[in-house]
Amino acid sequence: MAGTYAGIVNSAVGAKLAAQLGLPRPARLRRYAVGAPLIEGPVLVGGLGEAPVAERVGDLLKLEGVDTVTEVAAGERVAAVVADLTEAAVLGELDALRALVAPALKGLRSSGRIIIVGRNPKGANGFAQAATRRALEGITRSIGKELRAGATANLVLVDDGADANVDAAVRFLLSGRAAYVDGQVIRVGAGTPAEPADWAKPLAGKVAVVTGAARGIGASIADVLARDGATVVCVDIPAAGDSLARTANRVGGTAFQLDVTAADAGQRILDHATSRHGGLDIVVHNAGITRDKLLANMDEGRWASVLDVNLGSILRMNEVLLADGGVRDGGHVVLVSSIAGIAGNRGQTNYGASKAGVIGLVDALSADAALVARGITVNAVAPGFIETEMTAKVPFATREVGRLLNSLSQGGLPVDVAETIAWFSQDANAGVTGNVLRVCGQSLLGA
Amino acid sequence: MATSPKPARPSSQPRRAAVIGGNRIPFARQNGAYARATNQDMLTAAIEGLVARHGLAGEQVGEVAAGAVLKHSRDFNLTRESVLGSSLSARTPAYDVQQACGTGLEAAILVGNKIALGQIDSGIAGGTDTASDAPIAVNEGLRETLLTLNRAKTPGQRAKALTHLRPGQLVPEIPRNVEPRTGLSMGEHMAQTAKQWGITREAQDEIAAASHQNLAAAYERGFFDDLVTPFLGQTRDQNLRADSTVEKLAKLTPVFGRGEGATMTAGNSTPLTDGASAVLLGSDEWAAEHGLPVLAHLVDAQTAAVDYVTGNEGLLMAPAYALPHLLERQGMKLQDFDLVEIHEAFAATVLTTLAAWESEEFCRDRLGLDAPIGVLDRSKLNVNGSSLAAGHPFAATGGRIVASLAKMLHEKGSGSRGLISICAAGGQGVMAILEAA
Repeated sequence: MAGTYAGIVNSAVGAKLAAQLGLPRPARLRRYAVGAPLIEGPVLVGGLGEAPVAERVGDLLKLEGVDTVTEVAAGERVAAVVADLTEAAVLGELDALRALVAPALKGLRSSGRIIIVGRNPKGANGFAQAATRRALEGITRSIGKELRAGATANLVLVDDGADANVDAAVRFLLSGRAAYVDGQVIRVGAGTPAEPADWAKPLAGKVAVVTGAARGIGASIADVLARDGATVVCVDIPAAGDSLARTANRVGGTAFQLDVTAADAGQRILDHATSRHGGLDIVVHNAGITRDKLLANMDEGRWASVLDVNLGSILRMNEVLLADGGVRDGGHVVLVSSIAGIAGNRGQTNYGASKAGVIGLVDALSADAALVARGITVNAVAPGFIETEMTAKVPFATREVGRLLNSLSQGGLPVDVAETIAWFSQDANAGVTGNVLRVCGQSLLGA
Repeated sequence: MATSPKPARPSSQPRRAAVIGGNRIPFARQNGAYARATNQDMLTAAIEGLVARHGLAGEQVGEVAAGAVLKHSRDFNLTRESVLGSSLSARTPAYDVQQACGTGLEAAILVGNKIALGQIDSGIAGGTDTASDAPIAVNEGLRETLLTLNRAKTPGQRAKALTHLRPGQLVPEIPRNVEPRTGLSMGEHMAQTAKQWGITREAQDEIAAASHQNLAAAYERGFFDDLVTPFLGQTRDQNLRADSTVEKLAKLTPVFGRGEGATMTAGNSTPLTDGASAVLLGSDEWAAEHGLPVLAHLVDAQTAAVDYVTGNEGLLMAPAYALPHLLERQGMKLQDFDLVEIHEAFAATVLTTLAAWESEEFCRDRLGLDAPIGVLDRSKLNVNGSSLAAGHPFAATGGRIVASLAKMLHEKGSGSRGLISICAAGGQGVMAILEAA
């Protein structure tokens, strides 16, 4: 979103001045709209050796009517590069990546995409392969900082034998859905993805519950899930009921006025979803509060309420929602962490605790044998600086710094967070679990 | 999702209409939180909350019936306009109802009866009133002069019409809470009846304190979480005083009645209030098709009216007359009801109604009964508070009570029955019986 700074440096006079001073100029990001092509312009697809994933991606793009090229002709401008380095085993082989990507960068179209595909270092055979695999992360993040004009670079690590599960991640990263996802690593593992009948409605027939759906990011999550075909149960505290009703009526869902900290919240959500809509497939634990104070001044009330709303309530609700008879097999749980849970934030010990705890919970749930057996994925988003009513109240200077301290030189929109959550909720994405994906425009904080 | 429902199938056997759920906005005191809201704003908000709670966006329901007591002439199609401003399908028909304070309950009965007859499968009944955004009209003398001017055809006639203009005609007509045929306010009427029945100040203050305490407790335990949707920053009824006690109420000066015998205060009379409510009704089949729970069924209803003009009966005594018809038709006694909701127009209204039913003389002479209707166990009465605490936006009260009672009965268990009694201006009364599904 255009902040004050963005307005100045993109004005006629400001643009010239910004160019002379070398100031960053936030670009207008390409965002997803129903019916939009996956990406506009040719995609350079290549890689090292057999490059099995590149071949797969080539087929996918052909199906979507996207032109692919194997090298960049002089003067040609590609929209994206997909570089398959899954076979990289020794350092010397990394030069294949440089050789493939470098010629494409200068002419990369605005909101372009660099997608590097590798293997998980944890599954490496020997020290050299582990180092080589991990090197891809450093390359990706550095490319992200080199790119301009709204372009992003991300790394997809595919487990051995999970190549067939990579499609949803590639689709997501190429599209406008991933506009504010930059410099990140997505891990794709085992699972049984189910392709939707219609990629414009990847959540068709699904029942989703979104907590904290009255305003801001939660309302946007409800919007995007409904746009993608889900029936959405919108939950928020009774005092936010009027905004909640607007959300529910806008998305054609139901408004459920409920405090998530209530002891029976999980059961009531499950009963509501089951009786009204026949079951529950997607749970988005989005409800959260902040009660900021320096730890030196923090009272017990602020401490306890933030931890209980942001984390305790999720643990309690999950006891019912994730038990047998709760979320259906093959379902998806998405939590909302925060950069504060990764990097910490002054005055947010309580909030940082809850949001770091969310990451711990994702780690544990995604490894839980019972949930894995039922095919239930558990992931989290970690939003960076997102333009909401809440951040609009942040003092001007702090706000502008928050906006600019990332590779895209701008704040994200609630819809950017919502798109990632909707992607985590796709059956086509069954191979992605245990991921904590930052939606931060490659923020410098906690990177 | 826009769905076009199958046409309702008229049946030779009536079915029971189901009360599926309700919604209201918190009620606000006159010139309080909703001072600038119109009836249409509030009714639309009440419908929107109902639609959201039940997932009806884009849905065409059979009919919406609602009304207001204090109404601007521009609001001739208030309910239909509110529907058009809501998320319901624009193909949902609507009409206005007006029966003074009985409007909301009467609307529910009308919708329920159409469902019972199979003419519609679903419907919304509601009501709204604003004492703040009152329909002030031009002075009657000015209105006549302007109409004469409008009819004038020649400049001479126009000039003549204008000679009738007087400075006094600038004083507007403000609606007053007064019975046109007696010139007495409702409070004055009630004060007469209360005196006649020897209703004490203490008994009235006890009713008022209980109303506040019970309503506050119901809010505290989340009873209204699926019955109320906040509006304009108001999350609870503005009139509610959780710390109300008989002792505090005893300090207030009487406002109705005169001298020693005056017992009615601002504390034991309902204040002028703004607000709106809506109730979702339907057939059991319609509810099941939409995955919606049935809280209760509308079993029966009865209206009555009394001759308060000649002084034979108190203005607000009509419900006392309606009850025997219901009891006879249903083969019930008053004591058979699990819950009873008597609208607290005034605390004295509740007390005179109960006293009348207990009176052998009244039941024999006025109701023609062999024996008195008898004593009502007070623990069944207005258990989650009523109008003294919540406030009373005239046409919105019926919807408030129907939805709350349906939920209370549902919590009590299948088969439990509840009675609703609402008195109305013009010496009228509306009653209904609900039974938990």
